[in-house]
Amino acid sequence: MSDAKQIFIKDATLNAADGDQRAFIRKALGGYYVNRDLQKARYRDWERARDAASLAKWTAVNDLANQLEKFTANFERNGGVVHWARDAAEARAIILKIAADANAKAIVKSKCMTSEEIHLNDALEKAGYGVVESDLGEFIQQLRGEAPYHFVFPCMHVKREAISELFTKHLGTAPTDSPEELTMIARRHLRQLYVDADIGITGANFLVAETGQISITENEGNARLTAALPRIHIALSGIEKVVSRLDDLAVLLPMLATAGAGQPMTCYNTLYAGPRKPGECDGPEQFHLVLLDNARTRLLADPEQRDALHCIRCGACLNVCPIFKNIGGLAYGTTYQGPIGSVITPHLRGLKQWNHLSGASSLCGACTDACPVRIDLHHHLLHNRRNAMKQSPSLFDRAFHAGFGFVMKRPTLFALGGKVFRATLPLLKKLPLPYMSAWLKTRDLPAAPAKSFREQWKDHSHG
Amino acid sequence: MADARSDILARIREALQVKAPKPHFKSEETQGQPVKVGKQWLPDGGETTEASLVILAEQLAKLKAVLIRVPDEAAAGVAVADLARAKAWKQVAYHGASLVRPVAAALPCPSWEADASFEKQKLEGCDAAITSCEAIVAQLGSILVSSASSGGRALSILPHVHVVVARVDQVLPDLATAIAQMEAKHGAQMPSMLSFITGPSRTGDIERILVLGAHGPKELYLVLVG
Repeated sequence: MSDAKQIFIKDATLNAADGDQRAFIRKALGGYYVNRDLQKARYRDWERARDAASLAKWTAVNDLANQLEKFTANFERNGGVVHWARDAAEARAIILKIAADANAKAIVKSKCMTSEEIHLNDALEKAGYGVVESDLGEFIQQLRGEAPYHFVFPCMHVKREAISELFTKHLGTAPTDSPEELTMIARRHLRQLYVDADIGITGANFLVAETGQISITENEGNARLTAALPRIHIALSGIEKVVSRLDDLAVLLPMLATAGAGQPMTCYNTLYAGPRKPGECDGPEQFHLVLLDNARTRLLADPEQRDALHCIRCGACLNVCPIFKNIGGLAYGTTYQGPIGSVITPHLRGLKQWNHLSGASSLCGACTDACPVRIDLHHHLLHNRRNAMKQSPSLFDRAFHAGFGFVMKRPTLFALGGKVFRATLPLLKKLPLPYMSAWLKTRDLPAAPAKSFREQWKDHSHG
Repeated sequence: MADARSDILARIREALQVKAPKPHFKSEETQGQPVKVGKQWLPDGGETTEASLVILAEQLAKLKAVLIRVPDEAAAGVAVADLARAKAWKQVAYHGASLVRPVAAALPCPSWEADASFEKQKLEGCDAAITSCEAIVAQLGSILVSSASSGGRALSILPHVHVVVARVDQVLPDLATAIAQMEAKHGAQMPSMLSFITGPSRTGDIERILVLGAHGPKELYLVLVG
């Protein structure tokens, strides 16, 4: 059993038993469901809008090399600098070099999951830079020394009392139980940091090939400030974020907001084309974009699951997932939690180590229904299970399938096996069989029928 | 070793040798350009200016942004001056646009044309910012500002209050129309920043409870002239 799997089973079991925390998460998501449905009702045809969104991403991802070449040419024409990184280490090295060349000290960051993926903060801090996360949820998680719980709602599991204590400890503020007051504490604390920072680091939600703009979606305004005040702006993005046309965003931006947060549009959707231009009064002197592969091309090479690269990171699949709601985001041990994380992590980090996430699913399909770009999430979990079995079947799997095949091809043996099974079923409850005992602790087995289906069929046919 | 760019592009081209099936869509109509087909399925932005203005007012109210309709520019100046008195603004920064200058001149408190002599520390100390905008999207209640039309990048985001002065004819039905207008107006020379502002800054990071004014403006006013 892989280490990651062992940790997952332990954490998931603990969290699933924490009724209070589960109720808290359900309550926190309650408002989201209401708002999402209200917004979806404003669409003249949500299902067809999903078709259009999916088409926009499909078109770009299946022409990725050309789209990226077009995008980078236009990005550079706008005065930006593009850097390519094959993996996390290269991306970190590029960003460290930009910081060193600029003689920077203070860095302010807005929310960027790709930077979590490459553990950028650790690298920057080790190199001696002060790094502050400015998104409120990320700021709280940074103070807690904890990874984000949900890639859109990073601290949704933390109660206000804990946040108040955290702020008292780190910022010396008076305790309060008002979310409003807690937000204002963070606002006051961060304002001067934006003004003083040398470098602002952001993510990117979309890269527009035809114009060379990057699009950043947010609610708080922290990304706007991060890209406005420091003298250098560095954006970090996965290569799959490209869309071919600017007007693709007319579909994607509203759908991202509605699916992800139940909003008509997130508060700030901003397109950046280069650093400050002649005639503009402010903005950074340099604008760098780091394009990261980090195994995305491995996922691209699997045509069956290529659509997982259509993901716009709205988080809708997490919000509806019964597994996520019961085990929580931290148990996954991944940068991207929930169904999309369970699908892509085995590609990004290795199937052998991470296939257990494919099993952490009820295959209910709620994620697939929720996805605004129609990623076939729950089937991909099955595809991963199948691929894992093909790649490295365990001794048990091999023996089980060989035995199953042997019996299924022999009807008499199958009938005999059924008879033995029906007769011994009550005993199963008493035997301490692995897997079975944990399952049966809280569940009843139905009584075995006296006759098999085939026997019953025969009786009825004669009657 | 090849450079990272050629390596990654080669990996992509190799990966794409095997084609992925085109997604199956609900209807044949979806085979064209995403937005051309998608526009009609998105939320309604109104067929006529009147209809768009009704939708805009509804959207802004839901977003907790304040819409102030005034007949002319002089009335815009009076409305904003009233606001400044009611909120006791001490210092206001503004964008030197033709629609904004007269409004700033009517203020009862000191004001500063931020894009003429930009200083970020001084801007941090301002109570409010007044800017113009590129367009307004009725469908979503969004106000489109740019580094050209709003006095740079920081003016519309750093002060605690943002007041936008716009003309009624800047109201467009939907996002697709606004984007098409930007493409027609700027072409390959886009401003370095274009931002769709949809309501005052907000967060739900603490227990998913809505709080306004996370980092950007806590209050957003749209003064619509005409």
